[in-house]
Amino acid sequence: MSVRRRLEALAWPASSFAAVLAAWQLAVTASRSTTFPAPLAVARGFAELAARGVLVPYTADSLMRVLGGFLLALSAGVPVGLVMGWYPPAARALEPVVQILRPISPLAWIPVSIVLFGIGNGATVFLIFLAALFPIVVATSNGVRGVPELYLSAGRNFGLSPLALFRRVLLPAILPQVLVGLRIALGISWLVVVAAEMIAIDSGLGYLVIDARNAGKRYDLVIAAILLIGGIGLVLDLLARRVERLPRVRWGFPRSDGG
Amino acid sequence: MSERKGLTAGFDLLPFCGIAVLVAAWSLGIRLRPGSLLPGPLAVARAIAELAANGLLWKHLVASLFRVTWGYLAAVLVAVPAGIALGSTRRPDQAIGPLLEILRPISPLAWIPLAILWLGVGDQAAIAIIFLASFLPLALTVKNTVRRIPRVHLQAADNFGLTAWSRASKVVLPAIAPQLIVGLRLTMGIAWLVVVAAEMIAVNSGLGFLVIDARNAGNRYDLVVAGMVLIGLVGLGLDTVVLRLERLPALRWAYAQAGSRR
Amino acid sequence: MILPLRTSPLPAASKLEVHGLDVTLAGNGHSIAVLRNVDLAVAAGELICVLGPSGCGKTTLLQVLGGFLAPTRGAVLIDGEPVTRPDPRRIFVFQERGLFPWLTAAENIGFGLEKLPRGERQARVAHYVELVGLVGFERAFPHELSGGMKQRVEVARALAMNPDVLFLDEPFGALDSITRLTLRRELLRIWEAERKTIVFVTHDIEESIQLADRIVVMSQRPATVRRVVEVDIPHPRDLSSRRYLELRDGIGAEIGLAHRV
Repeated sequence: MSVRRRLEALAWPASSFAAVLAAWQLAVTASRSTTFPAPLAVARGFAELAARGVLVPYTADSLMRVLGGFLLALSAGVPVGLVMGWYPPAARALEPVVQILRPISPLAWIPVSIVLFGIGNGATVFLIFLAALFPIVVATSNGVRGVPELYLSAGRNFGLSPLALFRRVLLPAILPQVLVGLRIALGISWLVVVAAEMIAIDSGLGYLVIDARNAGKRYDLVIAAILLIGGIGLVLDLLARRVERLPRVRWGFPRSDGG
Repeated sequence: MSERKGLTAGFDLLPFCGIAVLVAAWSLGIRLRPGSLLPGPLAVARAIAELAANGLLWKHLVASLFRVTWGYLAAVLVAVPAGIALGSTRRPDQAIGPLLEILRPISPLAWIPLAILWLGVGDQAAIAIIFLASFLPLALTVKNTVRRIPRVHLQAADNFGLTAWSRASKVVLPAIAPQLIVGLRLTMGIAWLVVVAAEMIAVNSGLGFLVIDARNAGNRYDLVVAGMVLIGLVGLGLDTVVLRLERLPALRWAYAQAGSRR
Repeated sequence: MILPLRTSPLPAASKLEVHGLDVTLAGNGHSIAVLRNVDLAVAAGELICVLGPSGCGKTTLLQVLGGFLAPTRGAVLIDGEPVTRPDPRRIFVFQERGLFPWLTAAENIGFGLEKLPRGERQARVAHYVELVGLVGFERAFPHELSGGMKQRVEVARALAMNPDVLFLDEPFGALDSITRLTLRRELLRIWEAERKTIVFVTHDIEESIQLADRIVVMSQRPATVRRVVEVDIPHPRDLSSRRYLELRDGIGAEIGLAHRV
C-alpha cells in the first residue's frame, strides 16, 4: 500500500472517532446532564482506576475465568462435535438437545448455577462454559461433515488405520473450521464474563461495571470499564485471527481478507 | 467400502431419544441430591401448567416476543442497507468500519446502564439494547459478505450499465442472499439471548424477568427452570422459522458445492 | 475413410484381471446400472487407458479396481488375489485436489512413508521430488503451487509408495492444454524409468493415443468394453504421423464423433 493510502486508512477512522467524541461531548454539554459523563471525564476515570491499581488484577481475574470456562468448553465440545459430525445417528439424537439448550441465555442459568456452585468463581466459569460450548460443538461437527471424502479415501489408500486416519487426516482437515469456532466462542465468552461477573463477589471487569454504578453512580468509571472490556475483546479477537493465518491452517481461508 | 443402510422406517426416533436421555439424566441428578432446591422434570411441567392456568405464561411470552420482534426487525432494516453500503464503498467503510469493529466486542449488557440512563427502565431500553446487539454483527456480516462477492458478478453489473440502486437490488442482494439468511438466523439467536438478558435487568415482564423474579420473590426454582425451558423452546421455534427461509429453492445454488460429505 | 483398428487379444500373464464386472448403484430411490459385464486384463508394466465420455462410469470402474467400491457382481484380481479394500500397493492419483492442503509438498510426498526410518524417507522423498521436477518447492504448500505443480506432487506421492499399480483418474483434466502435453511427456518419462503398471482414465482420445499401449474404449452407461485397441506406435509418438491420425479417426468413428466442425 502506498504511503498516501496508508495515511488515508488511518485518517478516516481517526476523524470519525474524533467526530464521535466531539458529538458525545456536545451532547453532554447541551443536555447539562450531571450523571452522563463527557469523554474527558471518562479518561480521568480511567486514570483513576489505573491509579487505584485495580485494572491489572481485575483484568487478570476476568481473563482467568474466561480461560477456565473456555478450556472446559473446548475439551467437552470438540469430542462431542467430532462424534456428531462423524456419526449421523449421533447428530440426529443430539441436535434437538443442542437446539433447545442453545437459545437459553447464560444469564438465565444464573439462578441454577448459584444453586449448583454457590456464589463465586465456580458459577462464573460454569456460565462461560455454557456460552462457549455450543459454537465449538457446531463448528466442529460442521467441520467434520465438510471434510472432502477424497481426503479420507486417499488416507485409506495409503493404508492408514482408522486411528491414524483420524489423527493424520481428519484432525488437520477440520482445524481451520474449528479455529473459527474457537474464535467465536472466545468472543462470546468474553461477552458473557461481564454478565457472569455480576454474580461474582469481588473482582473482575464485569464486576467493576456493576459496582461503579451501584456504589455511587460513577458512570465515568462505568464507561471507562466498558471501553476497556471492548478493547480487550478486540485484542483477543485479533490474536485469534492471527492464529488463523498460520501456514498450517491458512489453506482453510481461501480469501485473503479473512473476514 | 459398502454403503451403510439407513433407517427405512418413516419415523425417526433418534431425536426423541436424545431429549429423553437428557430428561432422564436430569431426573436422576435431582434424585441423587434430595435436599437440592432444583426441581425435577415433573415439577417443572407442573409449573408450566400453573403459568398457563393463571395467564402469566402468555403475558410473559408476548412481552418477550414483542421486544425481540421490534428490536430485531429494526436492526435488520438498518443493518442490511448499511452493510451493503459499507461493503460497496471505500471511504465510508474506512471511516465507520473500525468504529463498528470496536463496538462489537462490547457486551450488549454493558450498554444496559447507559440505556436505562437515557431511556429509563422499560420496553424502550430493552428494545434499544436488542437493536444494538443485533445490528452490529449483522451489519458487519453483510459488509464482509458484500466484499466477498466474486468480482465477475460486479463487473457484469457494470458492463450492463446498471444504476447503483439496480446493482444493489439485482446483483448484490441476490448474491449475498444465502449468507445473509445464515446471518439473519444467527442474529435472531443473538437477539433472543439478549432479550432474556435485558429483561433480567431492565423491565418488569417477559421470560427473562420471570426467571429472575421467581427466584428473588420466593425461591420458586420450579418457575425458574420452567422459564428456562420456555426460553429454550421459543428460541428453537424462532430459529426454525428463519431456518425455513434458508431452505428456499431460490437459494439452493449456494449449496451446490462439490466434495463435501453431505 | 475409416481404417480398421487392430483389436488386441487379452495378454497371457496378467497383473490385473477383471471378470464379468457389474456395478449397480442406488440413487434417489431407484437403481442405476453403471457398469455391465466388464472384462479386462492388464499385463505387468503396461500403461493402459480407459477411454470414454464423461459420466459413462470410468471413475466407478476405477473405484472398484482400487477397492473403494464393491461390485454388484464379478471380481477383480491383482496378482491373482481378489481386491476387496484399498491398499497401499495400488495407489490412486486424483486431480490435484487430492493433496492434503495442510502439508507441504515434501510432506505430502512422504505421507505414506511414516513407517520408514527418517533417513530413508528423506532420501526417497528427495528422489521423487527430483523425478517430477519440483526441486526447490519442497517446502511450499499446495495453495502456493500451480495446478500443474500440484499434479506433479500427487504423482510423486503415489510413486513414493512404490506401488504395484497406479490408477490415474483424469489427472490432467483441470490443467491447460500446454501443461497437459508437458505432463504427459513427464508421465511417460517416469513410466519408462520405473515401469509401473498404470491404468489411466480419460475422456480425451488424443491423450489416450499419446500415452497408452492399449486403449480400452468404453460405451455409454451402462458401460461395457466396446473394443480394446492396440497402439502400435513406438515412443516417442509423432502427433502428426499417419498411424497416429488413423488411430485417432478410427476411435472417433468407433465412438461416433463428428469428423468435421
